Amino acid sequence: MTTATVSRWDRFRESFFWYSFKRDKVAIASFAVLLLMVLAAIFAPLLAPTDPYDLAQINIMNSELPPVGMSGSDPAFPLGTDAQGRDLLSTILYGTRVSLMIGFGAVILQAFLGILFGLLAGYLGGKVDAILMRIADVQLSFSTLMVAIIVGAVFKASFGNLMFGEIAIYMLIFIIGVAEWPQIARTVRASVLAEKKKEYVDAAKVMGFGTRRIMFRHILPNTLSPIFVIATVQIANAIISEAALSFLGLGMPETQPSLGSLIKSGFDYIQSGSWWITLIPGLVLVVLVLVINLLGDWLRDVMNPRLYKG
Amino acid sequence: MLAFLVQRISQALLVMFVISVIAFAIQDGLGDPLQEMVGMSVSEEEREAIREELGLNDPMVVQYLRFAGNALQGDLGNSYFYSKPTLEVIAEHLPATLELVIGASLIIVFLSVPIGVYAAIRPQAWLSKFFMGVSTVGISIPVFLTAIVLIQLFSIGVTVNWFPSDTGWGQWLNDFFTTEGGLPSYGRGDELTHLFGTWESGFFTGTGLMHLVLPSVSLASIMLPLFIRLIRAEMMEVLQSDYIRYARAKGLSAGRINFLHALKNTMLPVITVGGVQIGIMVAYTILTETVFQWPGVGLMFLEAITRSDIPLIVAYLMVVGLIFVITNTVVDLVYGLVNPTVKLTGKKA
Repeated sequence: MTTATVSRWDRFRESFFWYSFKRDKVAIASFAVLLLMVLAAIFAPLLAPTDPYDLAQINIMNSELPPVGMSGSDPAFPLGTDAQGRDLLSTILYGTRVSLMIGFGAVILQAFLGILFGLLAGYLGGKVDAILMRIADVQLSFSTLMVAIIVGAVFKASFGNLMFGEIAIYMLIFIIGVAEWPQIARTVRASVLAEKKKEYVDAAKVMGFGTRRIMFRHILPNTLSPIFVIATVQIANAIISEAALSFLGLGMPETQPSLGSLIKSGFDYIQSGSWWITLIPGLVLVVLVLVINLLGDWLRDVMNPRLYKG
Repeated sequence: MLAFLVQRISQALLVMFVISVIAFAIQDGLGDPLQEMVGMSVSEEEREAIREELGLNDPMVVQYLRFAGNALQGDLGNSYFYSKPTLEVIAEHLPATLELVIGASLIIVFLSVPIGVYAAIRPQAWLSKFFMGVSTVGISIPVFLTAIVLIQLFSIGVTVNWFPSDTGWGQWLNDFFTTEGGLPSYGRGDELTHLFGTWESGFFTGTGLMHLVLPSVSLASIMLPLFIRLIRAEMMEVLQSDYIRYARAKGLSAGRINFLHALKNTMLPVITVGGVQIGIMVAYTILTETVFQWPGVGLMFLEAITRSDIPLIVAYLMVVGLIFVITNTVVDLVYGLVNPTVKLTGKKA
C-alpha cells in the first residue's frame, strides 16, 4: 500500500495550484502582505501599544500629533495620533480587524444566500429561476452600493443612532451580505446550468437520489472553484462597501472604528493640516483591497472557471 | 419588436410598483405624521380624531392606494425640514447632481476612448501596460479616498522637502512634487447662472467651472478604469475579426481601419454598458457630494437621513428608482434596436 502514504500535503505540493503559485511573484507578494495584515489584525490586542476602546488610556493633550519623522512628533506614537488623542497605529490595527471581520462575515452570508438561490434557480429552473433571477437583475441594476446605502439608512432611522452603533457590526454584515448576494447567485447558477447536463447528474437521478442530495452533494462540489474566485473578489468589495457606508456615517461608530470610520473622522481635520489621520488608514485600506483583488485575479487565471460576467 | 417593447415596459412598471411598495412601507413603518403635526399637549382623543381624519386607521391597502395615487399626481408629501413639497426640494437639488454627472461623463468619454483604443492597438507597449496597471490599482481605491487625496494635493497643497535643496536636482525634485493647491473643494461657488426653472448652472462662470473640477474628476475616477478595460477588450476582439483583416489586405491606412471601421463596432456594447453605469453613478454621487459638500440630491438624501426627514427619504427613493428604471429600460430598448441579434422576447438561452 504505497499509494496510501501520499499525504494531503504531498498532493497539495504536487498540484498545479501550488506550482503556479510558486512561479507568480505578484501572487506570492500579495499573499504575504495579506497574511501579514490578517495576522496583525487577529493579534491586534497583543501588538497594539494602547487599547483604543479604553478611555482611560487616552489623553486629549496628545491629540493630532504627527507621525514620527515630522516636527512635533512623539516616539510613543509612531504613526501619530487622531483628534481624540488615540494612538493611530493602535486604532488602525483594531480598525483593520473590524474591517476584515465585516468583510469575511458579509461574504459568508452572501455566499450562503448566493449558493442557495443560485442552486435553486439553476437546478429547478422554470418559475423559481425566473423569479429569483429577476430579483437579482433588478437589485444589480440598482448597484449593490445603492441598495446597501438605502437599507443602512432605513435601519439607522428605525433603530436610532445609539442602538445602531451598538449592533453596527452585525448590521453591516447583514446589509452588505443581502445587498451583494446576486453576484454569487449568478455565478453559481451559470455553472449549475453547465453541470446539470452532465452524465453524473443523470446517473445520480437514475440511482434514485433526491433533488436535495443531487444539488448539494453532487453539483455543488463541482461549482466550487468559480465560487472561490468570486468570493475572494467579493471580500474586497465588501471591505470597500463597509468603508463607504462608514464614511457616510451609516457604519461603524467612532468609538469602535473600522478603517472607513477612521478615514471619515480624519477627514474633518484635513483642512487644518493633519493629513495623517485620514490618509494613513486610507493607505492601509487601499493596500488591503489591492492585494485581495490581485489574489482574486491570480485565482481566476489558475482555476479558469467560466465566470459569469454581467 | 412590439412584444419586446411591451415586455420591457411592463417589467419597468412592475419594478416601479415594487419600489413604491417599499417606499410606502418605509414611510408607514418609520414616520408618525402626527408627531410632526401636533404638540405634546394634544390629548389622546384628539389625536385619535386626527388619525381618523387623516385616514391613518384605514386598512393598509387603502392607505397604499392613496399613497400611490398621490405619487402619480406628483405629490409625495411635504419635507419636515424644508416645510415644502418634497419634489420641489429634489428639483432644487437635482441640477447640481446632473452637472456633476455630466462633468464626470465628459472626462470618462474623452479619456477612456483614446486610452482604451491605444491599449488595444499596442497591447505590448509600456504605456499600455502602465495604463492597465494604473486601472487595476484604480479599481481598488474607493471614490471618497480619491477625493480626499485630490483635496490634499490640489486644494490644500503639499510642500515637499525630502531632497537636499542645496543641489540643483534636489531642488528640482522638491519643486516637482510640491503642489500649489488652491482649487476649491467646497460647494459650487457663488457665481451661478440661472438657466430655467430651478436650474442654476455652474458651467458658464470661471469659478463655477473651477468648483466642478475636483468633484467630477473624483466621480470619473471610479468609472474610468472600468471603461478603459471594457473598450480595450471589445476593441481587441473586433481587431481579430475578418472584415478588419480584409481591410488590412485591401491596403487601407491603419488610422482609417482603427478609428473608422473598428471603433464603430467597439462602441456599440460600450454605449449600452455605459448607459447602465451612468445610472450606477448615482450611488457614487452620494459619496462624492458628501466629501465636497456639493449641494446635490445625494447630500440632501444623507442630510434627510440624519434629520429623520422621512418624506424626503421616501421621495428620493421614488425619484432615484424612477431614474434607474427609465435608464435601464431605454438602454435595453436601444440595444434591441441597434443589435438585431439580441433575443427580442428576452428568453434566456
